[in-house]
Amino acid sequence: MKRSRRSFLKIAGISALGIGSKPILNAFSASAPQGDTPQPAVMRKPEALTAKHWAMVIDTTKFKSRDDFKPIIEACHSIHNVPELKNKNHEIKWIWEEGYKHAFPTLENPYFEEKVKDLPFLVLCNHCENPPCVRACPTKATFKRESDGIVLMDFHRCIGCRFCMAACPYGARSFNFRDPRPFIKEEKINLKFPRRTKGVVEKCNFCAERLAVGQLPACVEAANGAIIFGDLADPDSDVRKLVSTNYTIRRKLSLGTSPSVYYIV
Amino acid sequence: MYNKGIIVAGLAVFIVLATFPFWYNLGKAAPAPERILTAQAKAAKECILSAELMRTEHMQMLNDWRDMVVRDGTRLYVGSSGKKFEMSLSNTCMECHSNKAEFCDRCHNYAAVTPYCWDCHIDNPKETK
Repeated sequence: MKRSRRSFLKIAGISALGIGSKPILNAFSASAPQGDTPQPAVMRKPEALTAKHWAMVIDTTKFKSRDDFKPIIEACHSIHNVPELKNKNHEIKWIWEEGYKHAFPTLENPYFEEKVKDLPFLVLCNHCENPPCVRACPTKATFKRESDGIVLMDFHRCIGCRFCMAACPYGARSFNFRDPRPFIKEEKINLKFPRRTKGVVEKCNFCAERLAVGQLPACVEAANGAIIFGDLADPDSDVRKLVSTNYTIRRKLSLGTSPSVYYIV
Repeated sequence: MYNKGIIVAGLAVFIVLATFPFWYNLGKAAPAPERILTAQAKAAKECILSAELMRTEHMQMLNDWRDMVVRDGTRLYVGSSGKKFEMSLSNTCMECHSNKAEFCDRCHNYAAVTPYCWDCHIDNPKETK
């Protein structure tokens, strides 16, 4: 049988079309519903606390002395398995004490008394509205949760480049220079919360894991009303009322990060 | 061909040596480890997915769970039978399968994989060793 070039090309073209349509048909058949069995679903817990913009107000007038900070720091650090490292260079901090001149350098006045310059303040990650650490992170390990404005970290994804530490103007991030495990006291370890490994950056997470089960952050609970936590986007919330009726300051506002932690002074 | 005898003998020795591990171990493959469940896991009967799917897909599932929990804050998983699970390796998986050495490690050793989950996640709240 003699076949012309024209008829050969026709047959070849039709065959190619047939083969090419197979994956498309497969995709259609795969997307068809598979019987009546209910599909597994993933959701928030019903008791979870939600907000548009979580914010914290620290009422510094309610702290009498440095000793009032200790139970708060202790509560946070024990719940989150934060190691206690003696070497200042290796220190891991989620919430800590800072003197006024370091906490608020842009609000300094050369004629302040020494006492005022050293006035202790409780500082933590500010969960900025415009967080520079998120922009610096090359792996998107640090991200701002769009639903409630908390700046969070995915420790699994952190490669330990420390760009975020350089970017954060508040020194709120700590790097695990050493394996933290031996420095967490055995009797204090919280089995419900993971630890971190060497080579990972960590910081305060506004107790996202506690909010998810309907609890307020650990520092808020330990502070006996000196720290107030709530939804800044809600005009009827306690934090919103405190912020609108009191004189509050925020750290290094001129940098444009817009912190979510307010201090009543 | 020069030195034919030496070359052929050398090649034969090389082939025998290079294939030595294969025929030496022939028929001596280690049996796949048996699955050992805790009393709690046996009583629960139902896991997140079917046993076959859990065996082949648990790593992918843990990966997906991690992203959902960390990034979206969705921490509740409702299985196809309506049973609810908290999406947590330490608090759900390891709570039921608290025999890590028997349940996790034996199979991971057999498959020669070393997951680093337990570097951070508490390996075993129940078992003290």
